[in-house]
Amino acid sequence: MKDFEPNIIGFLCNWCSYAGADLAGTSRMKYPPNIKSIRVMCSGRVDPIFILEALKKGADGVLVAGCHPGDCHYQSGNYKTNRRIKLLKKFLEEMAVNPNRVRFEYVSASEGAKFATIVTEFVDELKKMGPNPLKDVKV
Amino acid sequence: MSKKKKENKKDAGKKKKLQLAFYWAASCGGCEIAVLDIDEKILDVVAVADILFWPVALDFKYKDVEAMKDNTIDVCFFNGGIRNSEQEQIAKLLRKKSKVMVAFGACAVLGGIPGLANVTNKKEIFDVVYKDNPSLDNPKKIVPKTSVKVKEGTLTLPEFYDSVSRLDHVIDVDYYLPGCPPVPDLIMTAVGAIVEGKLPPKGSVIGPLKSVCDECRFEKSEKKIKEIKRIYELDKFEEKCLLEQGVICMGPATRGSCEARCLDANMPCTGCGGPTPNALDQGAKMISALASILGIEGEENMSDEEVEKLIEQVVDPVGTFYKYGLPSALINRRVDK
Ligand code: FES
Repeated sequence: MKDFEPNIIGFLCNWCSYAGADLAGTSRMKYPPNIKSIRVMCSGRVDPIFILEALKKGADGVLVAGCHPGDCHYQSGNYKTNRRIKLLKKFLEEMAVNPNRVRFEYVSASEGAKFATIVTEFVDELKKMGPNPLKDVKV
Repeated sequence: MSKKKKENKKDAGKKKKLQLAFYWAASCGGCEIAVLDIDEKILDVVAVADILFWPVALDFKYKDVEAMKDNTIDVCFFNGGIRNSEQEQIAKLLRKKSKVMVAFGACAVLGGIPGLANVTNKKEIFDVVYKDNPSLDNPKKIVPKTSVKVKEGTLTLPEFYDSVSRLDHVIDVDYYLPGCPPVPDLIMTAVGAIVEGKLPPKGSVIGPLKSVCDECRFEKSEKKIKEIKRIYELDKFEEKCLLEQGVICMGPATRGSCEARCLDANMPCTGCGGPTPNALDQGAKMISALASILGIEGEENMSDEEVEKLIEQVVDPVGTFYKYGLPSALINRRVDK
């Protein structure tokens, strides 16, 4: 699996994490290009359906990033998302999909370096996991 | 009126009788009972319709259906999901012979309770049923085969599939009648629409656009719960929304039409009506809804471990959130390595 390049979908909240990713870019930090970022207004906007659909359509990993606890622009979106993703992971486990393919992280607007580290780590982890097996699952 | 014309008219009168068929695939038989549950109204149905095929009630053979011209059947009500090759073949045969195909009941519409078997596969099921079950006496470990040679010839059985699918995974379906089983009113609405030729656009789910909550009798207010409970664990049953009392109720994520009958019996909705219109995945919707009300009081001060403990209370996400619809979920079967 040496040549496997994982495909990551990132849902980044507008007020913190997207700005954090932007900072990583403007500060010319290096991180792997495997992530396709989608800006959402709040991590709370990320419906579990988005994550399932991304996985179903072949994403190898999904990263959801939001503001730190207490910092959500809409007060509590990040708390809800944290719970939703934890519950969704339990479902994924029952379906024998590695729950670590989904990741929820807090990234503030000043944490460009943290964003770059998370993506780098996630890519490594997914490389070890190999391609998303759901692509070949048929009913 | 000339004689010929009269005969024509008589013929036309005859033709007007609807030609119906019923079939059951991977289902429990409850949908068949539901048809009879319309009580004396069944006589109204018989007055306007002929039943051409109904294995559970009348003695017809598959070859009778094969002998029909295409489109002989006006409407076929098909209940049950697709679990084996026989069911798939008959579904395809009936599709050819029917003008209108109705997926009848949760199993045909969504995959149903048999669809929960998509967390396992044929081998595992056969191992439990024919080999490893402590109450079995099968020393030779014989399992069903699709064909076996005996001295009289070859015996065949349908092939058992790894997964259960819903009806429209194998054939084109015109209308969907959800519910486990569909309630009599809904059946009568469908039959009425067919008799009057007032059918909605192809692909419609026959049922309201609102959720079960909309039909539920309980008082609803702001939802926040600390703890998940089973109904028997409630210290005191209150006349209010079950979710607010901590019982997982699929109402918010489930299409109504049942008049919230389970709630009338003080039991939570388990989701047989399928997803609400435009929701891509019923279970994920409920995961979202439940996670948004669980332990939100004081959520700012909760540690991640505490949140994890809250979530741990949901013991079986698949069985809870996808009880009737695993084959319809975005992730609709377990990954087998
Ligand atoms: S606005 Fe960033 S998580 Fe809500």
